[in-house]
Amino acid sequence: MTDDIQVWVKVAAFIGGGMAMGFGAIGAAIGEGYTAAKANEAIARNPQISSDLFKTMLLGQAIAETASIFALIIAMLLLFADFSNVSTLTIAIFLSAGLCMGLGAIGSGIGSGLPTGEACTGIVRQPGMKNRITTIMLAGSAIAQSPAIFALVTSLILLFVDFTGRPISPTWAAIIGAGFASGLGAIGSGIGEGLVAKSGCEGIARQPLSATRTTNVMLLGMAVTETTAIYGLLIACILIFKSFPAAESIAASMALLGAGLCMGIGAIGPGIGEGFTAESAVRWIARSESSTAQLTRSMLVGQAVAESTGIYALVISLVLIFVI
Amino acid sequence: MAIEGTHIVQAAAFLGAGLSMGLGAIGPGVGEGLAAAKACEAIGKNPVEAGLLTRTMLVGQAVSESTGIYALVIALLLLFVV
Repeated sequence: MTDDIQVWVKVAAFIGGGMAMGFGAIGAAIGEGYTAAKANEAIARNPQISSDLFKTMLLGQAIAETASIFALIIAMLLLFADFSNVSTLTIAIFLSAGLCMGLGAIGSGIGSGLPTGEACTGIVRQPGMKNRITTIMLAGSAIAQSPAIFALVTSLILLFVDFTGRPISPTWAAIIGAGFASGLGAIGSGIGEGLVAKSGCEGIARQPLSATRTTNVMLLGMAVTETTAIYGLLIACILIFKSFPAAESIAASMALLGAGLCMGIGAIGPGIGEGFTAESAVRWIARSESSTAQLTRSMLVGQAVAESTGIYALVISLVLIFVI
Repeated sequence: MAIEGTHIVQAAAFLGAGLSMGLGAIGPGVGEGLAAAKACEAIGKNPVEAGLLTRTMLVGQAVSESTGIYALVIALLLLFVV
């Protein structure tokens, strides 16, 4: 019987590792491709500053790459995990850790590529603003990485928390649900934050005098866009650290799995939508200084309304965990 | 660990509730974000009409929100009524 479990744990580790790296490669590749496309466009416009543009492109691509490097780390951890001391729950842990990191890297990979692409366009437009644009690009790309970091944290917690003594049912469902909540929940915020940072770079290149207010609103917009990824992380932590009483019925397990899926999928839409809103607000704040206050207010109201469905998903998840 | 029919039905209701609210939140989230994005653009172009534009944005978002509320209602029905 012990051999049997070990076989299935290995199966789970290898499938989990495959999913981590497979899904994790999607986002970074798209983001870096976008960056390179924009860099080529920019170099065609002004070949004289091609070395600057080339450097900016590589710098941005290196940041976008981190999301998939996180996935590579988790995949390696899973492939070379310690298979000597395992239990049935380890099967769920390995699958969930792989899924979580793989899905979580998609959004940040795409998102981090967007500001760099726009930075290349901006540097061609205003070569004198190169340093300022690069700084904003670095800040934006780095913040867009944070949802992938949440997914990495969740995966590492899953791999290193001691689940011994917990009942198999429904803990297995809580573990898988945590992976979905944090992994899927990171997609929307990652893409959304990338959109905001993209228009921040564009705005500063078009209107260098607007740099301060554009940066401020960009950071504010990104912070609001981040919230749904934080909800995902919150639900994942509750699912991992709350110890659920043993339940014979499959219904208890499905409630926890449903909670994780609900929060994870439910965070995608608001994350992207809030990103659209802040993207547009930042672009127009850069162009017209006089309406900064009005636009910031409209942006926050619009984001709050777009957030509502994410909050519904949070409520349903909490009901599934604590009330049912 | 005998699995009974009532348990399976209940399990499906819980999973269904989670999927309903999760998937149902995608569309309104993106749609309302787009509505607000266009409103910001319009206010940027024509700040004088900010009041009218904000009102239109909120009405449009409220309509777009309705499908999210349907998803919420179905999720709550699955959890507590069915």
